This record gives sequence, structure tokens and C-alpha cells, in this order.
Amino acid sequence: MKTTIIKRTAIWLGAAIAATALSAAMPGMAQAEPLKVGFVYVGPVGDHGWTYRHDVGRKAIDKAFGDKVKTTLVESVKEGADAERVIRQLAASGHKLIFTTSFGFMNPTLKVAKSFPDVRFEHATGYKQSANVATYGARFYEGRHIAGLIAGKMTKSNIIGYIGSFPIPEVVRGINAFTLALRQVNPKATVKVVWVNTWYDPGKEGAAAKALIDQGADVILQHTDSPAAVQAAQDRGVWAVGQASDMSHFGPKSHLTAIVDVWDGYYVSRARAVLDGTWKAGDTWGGLKQGMVVMAPYNTAIPTDVRAMAQKAQADIIAGAVHPFAGPIRDQMGMEKVSAGKTLDDGALLSMNWYVQGVQGNLPK
Amino acid sequence: MRPRLEARIGASRTMVYATPVLAVALTMACGSVLFAALGHHPPAVLYAFFIQPLSSVYDLAELTVKATPLVLCAIGLSFGFRANVWNIGAEGQLTLGAIAGGGIALWAGDDAAAWVLPAMIVAGLLGGAAWAAIPAFLKTRFNANEILTSLMLTYVAILLLSYLVHGPWKDPDGFSFPQSRMFADSVLLPLLTMGTRLHLGAPITLFLALGAWWVMARMFIGFQIKVVGLTPAAAGLAGFSVNRLIWITLLTGGALAGLAGLFEVAGPIGQLQPSISPGYGFTAIIVAFLGRLHPVGILLSGLFIALSYLGGETVQIELGLPLAVSGVFQGMLLFFLLAADVLVRYRIRWRRAAMVQEAG
Repeated sequence: MKTTIIKRTAIWLGAAIAATALSAAMPGMAQAEPLKVGFVYVGPVGDHGWTYRHDVGRKAIDKAFGDKVKTTLVESVKEGADAERVIRQLAASGHKLIFTTSFGFMNPTLKVAKSFPDVRFEHATGYKQSANVATYGARFYEGRHIAGLIAGKMTKSNIIGYIGSFPIPEVVRGINAFTLALRQVNPKATVKVVWVNTWYDPGKEGAAAKALIDQGADVILQHTDSPAAVQAAQDRGVWAVGQASDMSHFGPKSHLTAIVDVWDGYYVSRARAVLDGTWKAGDTWGGLKQGMVVMAPYNTAIPTDVRAMAQKAQADIIAGAVHPFAGPIRDQMGMEKVSAGKTLDDGALLSMNWYVQGVQGNLPK
Repeated sequence: MRPRLEARIGASRTMVYATPVLAVALTMACGSVLFAALGHHPPAVLYAFFIQPLSSVYDLAELTVKATPLVLCAIGLSFGFRANVWNIGAEGQLTLGAIAGGGIALWAGDDAAAWVLPAMIVAGLLGGAAWAAIPAFLKTRFNANEILTSLMLTYVAILLLSYLVHGPWKDPDGFSFPQSRMFADSVLLPLLTMGTRLHLGAPITLFLALGAWWVMARMFIGFQIKVVGLTPAAAGLAGFSVNRLIWITLLTGGALAGLAGLFEVAGPIGQLQPSISPGYGFTAIIVAFLGRLHPVGILLSGLFIALSYLGGETVQIELGLPLAVSGVFQGMLLFFLLAADVLVRYRIRWRRAAMVQEAG
């Protein structure tokens, strides 16, 4: 099934490249000035994690369109008064398509978009759109579902450690999707969550991983960006699941898989839409099916039947046969939140602020 | 031969004022070598770094907006630093000012009366001062080191803000994301020129800087602060209350940092969110020393440091230089400034190795 994903991504990319070649061949379509595409990052690019994966997407645009585009990046922009200035500077300096890749850039993006109606803006993970502001995100929870199935089979202690960044719907959704799948294959397993209140802090993340391992966890999940937890798991001989990018080289023995963000196809298609003049605002929330979420290669230590189960789940999600939030779903108190035969809709997923049964501790409010 | 540092008898006054300029010149010279090594044309980089961010009214307004919180915090800190009161927690005091003033804005809602914005400003001042009062109390009552207490309270303040925007002050229509509602337009600081973000906070800051100069140069309390800083024993003999000065300098520093926080949330940000300052309270320490703890110097150094941030963004956008370059640039500046300071106050004496051996 892995190959299907790669195939799909390849088809998408191939189509993008073909379309570019086509439009380049058509007289009158070729632009004298390259399309300037700007990227605003919340962190440094580095070689793993959230911002790195967006930068891989930026490079995909470079690769797909060559000298028809010119991409620019501004890294480590803080989510405060600075963001608006940077976004405005990009818009004022001739960038016609601007990606702002952190939730905290939402209001600054909308403010700048108002003064630059001919510039197209793309805001990652937000929920406010306008005529020239589109939003996009990925259904990472689909990857969490697969990680949950694998963890349920791999755990011996039936305790899973989960390192959370901030108690926002995105992270809570991941914990819940993981826990539901985990208990589907292993009803005895429970999830302990530690909130570290940061997206990236190797010290804190490593300490949280060790604390969870000390409490008996033998699989560590993370919704933070550094590879510290994967390394801690490797040192202590337990399992870990990487986040955002393939982290297997940080812990070849511990790394079961990772939930990888793939923005390449989306970014190329949006740049192409601007070049073609077909760009429209809207919201895109793609998952495994669209190739925006991809599972990193499975650890060879995972038994064949478990791997087959994971691959089947992936195919089922892509085919629409399985939904990670299909009922019956009970909350921590045992109250039925979703009855059998129903699934949670996107609205409920986007504002999720409660734990499913099997998660220990209280959700910070 | 081995170099030794020997104190000069009375440092040159001219040099004290010349060293920041010298440090900037040396930074530009060494920076040029760095840019050339990275394959860029140094004049083009220096232009993008230092001139381009000053090339329009909008750019100048942005520079002022960026410098305002730095200058406010640094002026507040300079009172304490002159009196040997080491408040490292301006970041936390800034956060509390934003919480106190922002809380009033949220409470007032969409149809806020005209008195709400002035009340927010007062709340910002009081919030920052209240947070600084904790280290002042611990210092004067238990002699607890204010460096540690003020620094640690910074993290408490940031977590408090995080709690509020994740919890009770969360926007009910915000899909559970950690941010408050947007403030009503009527409680935002008025803009001074259309089409920019230059807000009322900038002239208030300028006014406060001049006021600070008046206090330090002309008022008795300013004299007391300087005496306590230079010779605590003499201050004791003269009957100045050191505890009183600790309270005054910490409360002033806290109040100005709190005001800076309020200006950020009621100015360019317009709501409460988990991160409202990219470390202004810490950068202000550098600004204060770069400005020689003098209000006018702080105005200039605040503008210069703000320019170095804007320049860092411009070289990324225009030339594709990585952000790390501006970090190296700022680091070089501080290095040269400190090195020049040492050489102004000390001279290098070369001593023969034999003598060193005899002595040691």
C-alpha cells in the first residue's frame, strides 16, 4: 500500500510537471517575470520537523517550475507583531503567492491580504478564509490511527506515553485517534499524556519521554518536533513514533514509523493554479488519500502480520472504508459521544476538546 | 611576553561615547568579510541590512513600532541597573502588563466606552509594577537575589498568559485555538499616520524617555540612584534608604515593561495570544547597556537593534541570506562593544615572560 501512496504522489507531481510543460509550450502563457512565491516559517529550517517539511515543499515548487518561479523564505518569524510586517514586506516586494505556515499567522495574514487583493495567500492550519486567503491542513489523525494499531500490537506493558505540545484541537484529535485505534486492537492499553507546552524543546521532550518510560510506557508518541523522544526511546530500549519527518536515523532501533507531512503536491498545485490563473480561495484538508500524510517506512522489527494490518488500515482509510472517528466512541467518563454507525464530522474534529476513553489525566482547560 | 590588563586612571570621556560607534564600524567591516565569504556582494548586503529598512515612511514607521517596546523596557531597566538592582524579568512584567490591560479590553467587549483605553494603559502600568513588586518584596524583606526571582517570575507570567488564552479567555468562536477574541477597534491605540502601524505608544515612549532623562539628571531621586550604584557605602552614610530605592527602581522598571506589553497587545497585535513578545524584555537588557544606561543613548540603541531585526528579514527576502547571519551580526556587535569597553577602561601591558615567571 505504501507504493500506492508513492504512486499517487508521483502521479500528482507528474501531472503538475506535465501541466507546467504544457503551459510553457503554449504561446502567451509564458510569463516574462517569474512568479515570486514567499514562505513565512515559524522556526528555523533545520533538517527535520514541521518547518523543514514546509521547506521541502518550497523546493518542490522550485523543482517543478524552474526559472518560471522564484521562491523566498523568511524563517523563525515570531507569532506576534513581527508576523504582519514580514508578510506585508513579502507582498510589497512582488510576491504574488505567500504561504504562512503557522496557526499564529492567521490574523496577520488576513490583515495584509485586505491591503493586497491581487496577492494570493495560503495559511496553514487556520480556519479564516477570504477572497484571497485560502487555508490548508493535513489529516494527521489518519496517521495517528495507523500508529495506534501498531502500538497496540507492539506494547507489552500496555502503557503508552504521549508527549503533547499544546492542548489545541489538532493535538487532542491526534491523541484521540491514536487511542481509539490502540484500544481497538488492545482494549487493555491506556495512554498517559505529558504536556510540555512547546513545539520544539529537545531538553523538555527528552525529559518527558524518560518520565513516561519510568512510569512503564514502552511506546512513546510525540506531537512535538524534536527527535529527543526517539533518541530517549532508543537509549532505553522502547519503541517510538516520529513526528513530521522520518526520524529513523535518530533511533534506528526504536523508530517504529513516523507520521510524515508532505506538502509538495499541494504547494506545486497551488503555484500552478496561480500561474494558470485558476487559483481560488477555499479550504483543503487532505490526508493519506491526497498524499499529504505519509507513513515513514516501517521498522523491520515489526512482525509481518502487524505490518499487513497497518497497510490494510491505510488502504481502507484511502478507500473511505474506515474512518478513525467512527462510532461508537465514549469519552473518559464512559458517556457515548458518537453512536455506532455514525462518524464525527469535520466541524466536531476541528474543535475537539475532550478525551476519549483510555486516555489518562485531565485535558488542561 | 604576556599581555596583562591594567586599569586606566580615569577613562576617556570621548572614548566612552565613541566606542558604540567604533563597535558598529568594526561589525560592518567584519560582517563584510563574512558576506563576501558567503558569496554575496558586501555593499549590497549592507544596503539591504541598514538602508533599505529606512527607505520609506512605512519602513520608518515599522522601525519605530519595533523599537518602542525595546526602548520602554530598557529605560525602565536602566533605573535599576544604575542602582545595582538587576531586574532580569522585564519579559514577565511586560506579559503581566499585557494581561492586565488586555483583560480590561476583553471585559469591555465590542461597544467599549472612551475611558476604556486610558484604563487599559493604567492597568498595563500597574500589572507590570505588581509583578516587579514581588522581587522587590523578596529582596527587601528576605534579601532574596532579584536576578533569580525576577527571571523565574518571567516563566510564571508566560504560563499564566498561556493558561488564560487556553482557558477562561479563549475565543468562544475560535475552534478551541489558544487566543482571545480580537479587541474592539475603539480600544486599540490610535494610529498616527494612515497606512502604517505607527501608534500612540511611540510618542508616549519618546515623552517617557525625556522624562527619564529629567529624573536622572535633575531630580534628587536620580542623584540617589546614581550614588547607590556607584558607592553604596557613601549612600548609607548620606542616609539614603537602599530599600526604598530598590522598591522605586523595580516598580518603575516593571511599570514601563508592563506598558510596553499593553502597547503590543493594544497596538499591532490586537488580541491576547500565547506569544506576545519575541523576547523584548531580554533584548532590552542589551539595549540598555548599548545605550550606556542613558535615556538618549537607549533611544538610539533601541532604534539600532530594531533596525538589525528588520535588516535581518530584508536580507532574507531580498538576498536569500539565512537568518543565522543576522544572529552572527548582532553577536559581533556586542563582542566589539564589550571589547572596546574593556580597552577604554584598561590598558594592555606587555610583560616579559621572565617577570611573569618570577611573579607567578
